Amino acid sequence: MDYSKLLSKTVVELQPSGIRKFFDMLSGRGDVVALTVGQPDFATPWHVRETGIISLERGYTYYTSNAGTVPLRQELSAYMKRRFGLTYDPMTEIVVTVGGSEAIDLAIRATVEPGDEVIIPEPSFVCYEPITRLCGGIPVPVTTLPENDFKLTADQLKAAITPRTKLLVLPYPNNPTGAVMTAEELLPLCDVLKNTDIAVLSDEIYSELTYGARHTSIATLPGMAERCIVVNGFSKAYAMTGWRLGFVCAPPEITKQMLKIHQYAIMCAPTTSQLAAVEALKNGDPDIEMMRAEYDKRRKYIVEELNRIGLPCFEPKGAFYVFPYIGGFGMSSEQFCERLLNEGKVAIVPGTAFGKGGEGYARISYAYSVKHITEAIERIERFVSKLKK
Amino acid sequence: MNELLKLLEKDARLTPEMLAAMLDKEVGDVKAMIDEYEKNGTIVGYNALIDWEKTDREYVTALIELKITPQRDLGFDRVAERIYNYNEVQSLYLMSGGFDLCVVIEGKTMREVALFVAEKLAPMESVISTATHFVLRKYKDKGLIMKRGDVDIRSELSDGLQ
Repeated sequence: MDYSKLLSKTVVELQPSGIRKFFDMLSGRGDVVALTVGQPDFATPWHVRETGIISLERGYTYYTSNAGTVPLRQELSAYMKRRFGLTYDPMTEIVVTVGGSEAIDLAIRATVEPGDEVIIPEPSFVCYEPITRLCGGIPVPVTTLPENDFKLTADQLKAAITPRTKLLVLPYPNNPTGAVMTAEELLPLCDVLKNTDIAVLSDEIYSELTYGARHTSIATLPGMAERCIVVNGFSKAYAMTGWRLGFVCAPPEITKQMLKIHQYAIMCAPTTSQLAAVEALKNGDPDIEMMRAEYDKRRKYIVEELNRIGLPCFEPKGAFYVFPYIGGFGMSSEQFCERLLNEGKVAIVPGTAFGKGGEGYARISYAYSVKHITEAIERIERFVSKLKK
Repeated sequence: MNELLKLLEKDARLTPEMLAAMLDKEVGDVKAMIDEYEKNGTIVGYNALIDWEKTDREYVTALIELKITPQRDLGFDRVAERIYNYNEVQSLYLMSGGFDLCVVIEGKTMREVALFVAEKLAPMESVISTATHFVLRKYKDKGLIMKRGDVDIRSELSDGLQ
């Protein structure tokens, strides 16, 4: 069998994720303390798990409507209004997906045609570029800068727009940098987008994890709702990563097309997860707050510690990552992380795994116990002071 | 400063430096606050929660319901004091409902606990009756679940590529 003839060239040419490469080095290393994971350390709140268990006991083991159960979409509509001031019709503007990832896939596939350009601020999560390529689209990375706290500026956006621009990805609160964008910082972007036909894929999966001001969705700003595809989900807010449940909200003209892809490719999101999610939305606000408060304490602790041991980092205002500068030792991010892994026995992810703009930085997750973080910091401190000698 | 107390209640091993970072305070201020709480009795002490079932120590816990005749002017306080001063008594609560004092006793054996009740508690003047319940298994104590250990299930399910 000649597989080179069989396999799609586009797929074969996709690069494996930079995180993947790093994890292959990490596997089977029991002596290493990892600060790498991108998911909560909390288990899903018990009342939510129990609702899932009861649904299974009662035999709720069938498909749901393609777009998700009506009660879930109604709760989602109420949730988006309550938490973010967003108004979406449960019957025509919300599709329940298999995680935020599927929602991103739907948004890109429903809009991008061969030759279309997608503006992707980097550093950012790793999936926007490959999905764009799968659609024949052209990723246009825009490197956000540390002096702007890794926020996208209107000038950068303006410079990246061409007549082929179809979509702007807006990944805030940001993985890996922890940057957020406030209403004041989003408004100049809105001015650039106004009077264009560019859509915004606003990936708001970390919207519940902000420290300080609450998250502002760009879709709430004047003239933006008509062009926004808002992606969100249960993974980070409710510690439900394994349930694989997300959702996407957009004008009906867009959801109608996304729903077709979802219907043919996925059918519906897992029923157990959908039923449990209703309980999360109805009674889970205190769980969000409990976890957010816990992350916030760890965030303050780890930022102070990293600065103390000589890895400067700006204060991340969202998600559960810090993005310290590690470029001061004459090594690339990848070299630094590799040596830290081999010599310091701590795993962190090189910033370059999230785009070229991550050079000089590394992503550290604080979705770990304080004890675990303390052990890791002690090891990093020993490693760094050895480098300084 | 309830936030400091809540943090310490959950994990008394947090150092003043860690607490200061988490609370946006100066280390010196945190130390002074802890000192003050210890002096005025707000912070009573610090314990580790141990699952003795995982050790070879012989160990039983019993919960004893006591019905008491309150004393004129002193109410339940005097008899409570006479009870809590025994080292065997781990906890003592004044209760509403069907009985008055709830005594938690820890001992090496059921016999030792039974003897303590029979010889020390039951004969007290104001004690009208006792009912002893032995704890067969502790599932959860002080907000913590007695479990298999400090495992990160995430690493069993995934190599962390997210």
